[in-house]
Amino acid sequence: MSLGIGDVLVQLLNGLSYSSFLFLVAAGLSVIFGVTRIINLAHGSFYMLGAYLAVSLTTLFPPTVIGFWGGIVCAALVIGLVGVLVETLVLRRIYEAPELVQLLATFGILLVIQNVTLKIWGTEELFAPRAPGLTGSLRLFGRSFPEYHLVLILMGPVVLGLLWLLSYRTRWGVLIRAATQDRDMVGALGVNDRVLFQVVFFLGTMLAAFAGALRIPVDTINLQMDLSVLTETFVVVVVGGMGSVLGAYLAALLIGLLHAFGIMIFPKITLVLMSLVMAVVLVFRPYGLLGKPEGAARKGILAIELPIKPGSLSFNVFWLGVLVVLLVAPMVVGSYLQTVLIEILILALYAASLHFVLGIGGLPSLGHAAYFGLGAYAVALATSLLGVPTLTSLTIAAFAAVVAAAIFGWFCIRLSGIYLAMLTLAFAQIMWSIALQWVDLTGGDNGILGLYRSPAFASITAYYYLVLSICFIAVLIMRHLVFAPFGYALRAARDSVLRTEALGIDVRLHRWIALIISGGFGGLAGGLQALQKGGAFPDGLSVSQSIDALVVILIGGVQTLVGPIVGAAAYFGVKTEIMRYLGDSWQLVLGLTIILLVVLFPQGIAGFVKQRAAR
Amino acid sequence: MNLRARLLMFIAASSAMATVAVPSQAADEKPILIGEINSYAALPQFTTPYRMGWELAVEEANASRGPNDRPIEVTSRDDSGKPDETILIANEMLNDQHIEVLTGGFLSNIGLAMSDFALRSKIVFVAAEPLTDKLIWEKGNRYTFRVVPSTYMQVKMVVDQAAKLPARRWATIADNYELGQVGVAQFKEQLKAQRPDVEFVGEQWPALGKLEAGSTVEALAAVKPDAIFNMLFGAELNRFVREGNQRDLFTGRDVVSLQTGYPEYLDAMKAETPKGWIVTGYPWEQIHTPEQDAFVAAYRKKYNDYPRYGSVVGYTTMKATIEAIRKAGSTDPEKLISTLRGMEVTSPFGPIMFRPQDQQSTLGLYVGKLDMKDGRGFMTDWKYASGKDLQPSDDFVKARRPAEASK
Amino acid sequence: MSLLQVRNISKTFGGVQALRGVNFSLDEGQLLALIGPNGAGKSTCFNVLNGQLRPDSGNIILAGRELVGLNARQIWQHGVGRTFQVAAVYGSMTVVENVQLALLSKGRGLLPVRRSTSHYFRSEALNLLEGVGMHIQADRPASILAYGDVKRLEIAMALANKPKLLLMDEPTAGMAPKERHELMQLTCNLVKQRGMSVLFTEHSMDVVFSYADRLIVLSGGTIIAAGDAQSIRNDPAVQEAYFGTGKTFEI
Repeated sequence: MSLGIGDVLVQLLNGLSYSSFLFLVAAGLSVIFGVTRIINLAHGSFYMLGAYLAVSLTTLFPPTVIGFWGGIVCAALVIGLVGVLVETLVLRRIYEAPELVQLLATFGILLVIQNVTLKIWGTEELFAPRAPGLTGSLRLFGRSFPEYHLVLILMGPVVLGLLWLLSYRTRWGVLIRAATQDRDMVGALGVNDRVLFQVVFFLGTMLAAFAGALRIPVDTINLQMDLSVLTETFVVVVVGGMGSVLGAYLAALLIGLLHAFGIMIFPKITLVLMSLVMAVVLVFRPYGLLGKPEGAARKGILAIELPIKPGSLSFNVFWLGVLVVLLVAPMVVGSYLQTVLIEILILALYAASLHFVLGIGGLPSLGHAAYFGLGAYAVALATSLLGVPTLTSLTIAAFAAVVAAAIFGWFCIRLSGIYLAMLTLAFAQIMWSIALQWVDLTGGDNGILGLYRSPAFASITAYYYLVLSICFIAVLIMRHLVFAPFGYALRAARDSVLRTEALGIDVRLHRWIALIISGGFGGLAGGLQALQKGGAFPDGLSVSQSIDALVVILIGGVQTLVGPIVGAAAYFGVKTEIMRYLGDSWQLVLGLTIILLVVLFPQGIAGFVKQRAAR
Repeated sequence: MNLRARLLMFIAASSAMATVAVPSQAADEKPILIGEINSYAALPQFTTPYRMGWELAVEEANASRGPNDRPIEVTSRDDSGKPDETILIANEMLNDQHIEVLTGGFLSNIGLAMSDFALRSKIVFVAAEPLTDKLIWEKGNRYTFRVVPSTYMQVKMVVDQAAKLPARRWATIADNYELGQVGVAQFKEQLKAQRPDVEFVGEQWPALGKLEAGSTVEALAAVKPDAIFNMLFGAELNRFVREGNQRDLFTGRDVVSLQTGYPEYLDAMKAETPKGWIVTGYPWEQIHTPEQDAFVAAYRKKYNDYPRYGSVVGYTTMKATIEAIRKAGSTDPEKLISTLRGMEVTSPFGPIMFRPQDQQSTLGLYVGKLDMKDGRGFMTDWKYASGKDLQPSDDFVKARRPAEASK
Repeated sequence: MSLLQVRNISKTFGGVQALRGVNFSLDEGQLLALIGPNGAGKSTCFNVLNGQLRPDSGNIILAGRELVGLNARQIWQHGVGRTFQVAAVYGSMTVVENVQLALLSKGRGLLPVRRSTSHYFRSEALNLLEGVGMHIQADRPASILAYGDVKRLEIAMALANKPKLLLMDEPTAGMAPKERHELMQLTCNLVKQRGMSVLFTEHSMDVVFSYADRLIVLSGGTIIAAGDAQSIRNDPAVQEAYFGTGKTFEI
């Protein structure tokens, strides 16, 4: 392919336009994170709302330049107020809650907004007319270039400049900068931090909505916008350095330009580009391009917990009872309920394996699906290519996941907090892209189907007992490790890295081994799942698979060892029933349930019971 | 449609979602339960009219039920867009709710997962919209039948037109997932077979749902093709078309585009509709056959809305399923399979048949060119490409389909 | 013979010289206080000693071994114990478990995995706790201890390694006067019993003058005075440094 200079220059402009877009969405997230330290998964939802409202308003207003831009600005302002409302009603109540609980709450908000948008605007895609006054194209370097894109290109630097003016030339800006560095300082400055947080939320959501509104002349507005923009936004913010607006701009530039020129050379790079950039940047700059190391966490990712101790007599009797019930269950219940129990057990093992690093080790992994999916593929490939029996294939699954965890973990242990979370996410996303792209081996998005278990485990009941025993043994092993000095070292490192290193304990080594163990059990769970479903799919490696484990743990309660098991049963039950009876409204109900749970029981269900019992 | 009407429609649709109850149901008549799974949340543009289509078919079937016919009930669920969730739901439907036949599917990967489930559980699966060829060929099985034209057939429809174009330098664009990959590969192969002189000079593979239109259009323009083969649809298609229009990508170039003529996608393009594109679609307002007129009238009466292509697929899938049950007089899978093989059924596009060779229906599609008037796109020069005429040789099929599947 | 020799340590942060050629030494069995007004370089000096910061130049020799370039864990291996300004014990463990963990640490490798923690070093841990008067509270969660008790627990943990040198960062910060004296008395006793040395920074002049064998005064990144309590109290340079910045000795 021969590229003319015109091709290159126009592609440069395209890259800049994409960068501007990425920056506009990311800037709001960065501002919000900087001050509130909330990882706002609902950011994409405000972006989507801004776009929808802008379509409605610009259709309502006269189709003139003023009408169009008036509509855009009004939409951004109105959604900014919605953001304030959300902050006041939900987030305000959980500022002191652990980070992951906040994350879950914003996930609930995301679900609610998605459903409300569906109910207001319907399912049809909206395609707004071109922007009045900017409908045409310019001739540039012998090519046509849409005028509106020039506006988009400029909008990035303009907003960056305005944010700079705001933060360096106004009182609110000074306060926001101060709060970004140290939230407690704001109180000391005599400012009502409630109002400050509202202002910040207004600013952040308004920026998101503005970015969405600006998209309407170039994009179709639909209900998938929120999620599809979310990962991009997080990648930009993290690559730039959380809380650094300038960093976000640089990251947006980097990704925008790499994308524009990347696809001319490797058209299939689209799937993996973002994750690759993020992984590379985080490996070399653990806090993003312009980020600063996070100060000592104000509260850590988890709340302070009570010492763990072997359960009381009644506790042990209860769980022994559960085990007995599980053992006799197949004699009482039919094959459907056995399937349900298998699903719950696998989910519990998967969540427990994440809990081992997250709850015990304090490492917030957002990419646990990497091991789950890898385990599933390992079983699928071992079974379909090598024809190995079930138990061997499961061993291979665990081993493959252990190897992957050893490699990924080696990079991850250098990081902490949100950066660690995003690096794990990047690794999982890279695995996911490989699964999609390497069609010959993995079957692409069809996955690998048609797996059968060895004759000994072919019946559902036989498989049930296999799953039950594996999950039981695995959970016991992890429990044993938690009570052993090894587990104490993990918890020590979670509570204070500095203290633990000063006690002569090798924090990184313990964390690395913990990640490997956790990965191995995660892979085992994935392998069991593949044999249960009869197939392995790329979804097993996806973000939502990772989030599932998080949700399970948070519902069950991070602080308790049985949390993942309780959470798996609760999550599975709630999800299945909700999906079954609520039809389209499931997102709304699930979202509201999550929000209520989080606001009422920030410690999770098992955590709540434990707390009550402790009183 | 105004907001209130939309809201009311939504409420109506969602309340009808869980189960379509039977109007009058005698106590001794146990209804036949059909399980239906589709991507309602992920792809509402298509699946909402699709659901309206099959609900109409159920209503008609129950109204015209003979004295010996058991009433029909459908339990319908969203697939969450994930194959493993789908298997779980299918399992629940089969073992808990005791469905007797399985239908549905949009995404190819979910279709394949449902088909694998059908094989394991020995239950008949009438696939609605999954397009992958594997569903009937490489991964085909006895229990799986499909209604919509396969990727092979859809490509064949347009290749015949594409081969007549003078263009020699072709570029392709499709989403970076299985359907796109297979569709593009099919197009290249079939076009090369007819026109050995063409060359493929460039390709673009945006991640599904993540098309960055500006730079992608530019990257396509940079290879200076004579013609473009497109498989984008829905939101991405609109984005692609508007950018392409503004950047003169389509000026002086032929474009062949799958599915762009579906009302679901075409109606949203409005004034951006690119003139002259060769597309497959459903020009419902221009078709006047008895079957089509009857379908449109019934649809309008029930919903006060016009049918989309999804409506036709939903309606035909459910109608064929129910007729097979009635003809077989049973839901026994073996009886259903032998009934469905070679069975004729009347679709809004006219009579179709499930081929015994590969259990693919002969439902076709309309091929034509796009045009635009008064800010609205429509199809012109269209003709019906019947599925009968789009099939490869039986040897071709035999070489691909497992012998087991044809027993 | 001196246990610790600090030679010509310098450290700059982005153009600001926090330490300029600091030299001092610490004898075995000595309690040495590092004092100075805010911003004098105390914390920097302390963090250089414990391995959290790496000096731009200079040497730190502990019993003949170079500490510069070692990380916190290696410094611990060389027999340096440490307490933190804001006491850092593990709230999610009981008092005795905190000490057991300290006893289990070997400076490298993994902690044992075979048996549960309760099987390891419990009696040794109780002994150490008894030494700081905390054995009665051994099985209470560390998160609910009174602050003075947290400090003592921290000392017990630091002693697990039989350190030659104990570094204490503002040991009495945030404590009531009575608690302060109890804690420092305890520290003095431990120094005598175990023959170890202590280096501590401190704001409370009362504590410093009552317990330190020797004092070093930092100001502007250099040592402006060194000596016993009496000579420091009367040193004009020290008074200048403190009163010049508006600070007075607390009594």
